[in-house]
Amino acid sequence: MKMRHPLAHARGLGSAKSGTSHWWGQRVTALLLIPLVIWMLYVIIVYAGQPFQVIQTFFGHTINSILAILLILSMLRHAQLGMQVVIEDYVHSQPLETILQLLVKLFAFAGAVTGVLAVIRLALQ
Amino acid sequence: MAPEKNPPERHQRPISPFMIGPYYKPQLSSILSIAHRASGVFLSVFGSSLLIYWLVSLSQGPAAYHEAMLWLASTPGMLLLSALCFAIYYHFFNGLRHLIWDTGKMMKIEQANRSAIFILSCSFIASALTIATVGGWL
Repeated sequence: MKMRHPLAHARGLGSAKSGTSHWWGQRVTALLLIPLVIWMLYVIIVYAGQPFQVIQTFFGHTINSILAILLILSMLRHAQLGMQVVIEDYVHSQPLETILQLLVKLFAFAGAVTGVLAVIRLALQ
Repeated sequence: MAPEKNPPERHQRPISPFMIGPYYKPQLSSILSIAHRASGVFLSVFGSSLLIYWLVSLSQGPAAYHEAMLWLASTPGMLLLSALCFAIYYHFFNGLRHLIWDTGKMMKIEQANRSAIFILSCSFIASALTIATVGGWL
């Protein structure tokens, strides 16, 4: 401990330079997803198999499109953080690991853009 | 510098064995832990794709939505949805268990085993009720 600069200790970022941000992000998105997933399951159970017009009217309400966008964003962030740890733990080839980590981030980002755009188009139809 | 992923032979040191495999007896804690990861990967790959696919089909109008629902109502579609249904309930309830552990509570072995049985029962009951409701048998 004596070899460590007090500033590094105060910053608390550790040797990976990211501190507790990954762990914390996983928990914060998990907490956000508790109400959002309950809402999603409610929507799926009540609206599965309903006619198009009924679902369109549902997402036409601003509160429902806001909840859908919040669900997409926190779900994909939570998924990316989780997949990152699984890949770090089980993929032992450095090039393959880097490629997979980048692909997961790309898919999460592309999925977020696609999902949010779909909700906006649906809400404004 | 990032730590070396493939250290040369002279850096090979003994590591503790993986929780699943010949070294340990199967236990509720290890099986539910790996199942939490497996369900998380399954939901990340198939769950999020399907949710976005459903929203995109809705945004493209009644014809595209009808086509998507036809596919989802087929036998492979229903099997995928049923598996996702169990996976989301399991990951949700076991995730709550992990969040409680993060506060330092419920960490004794008997408590962990009891909460394991509890969340497994919740997952099975909730997915059975959901599938029965959506399938129109309730």
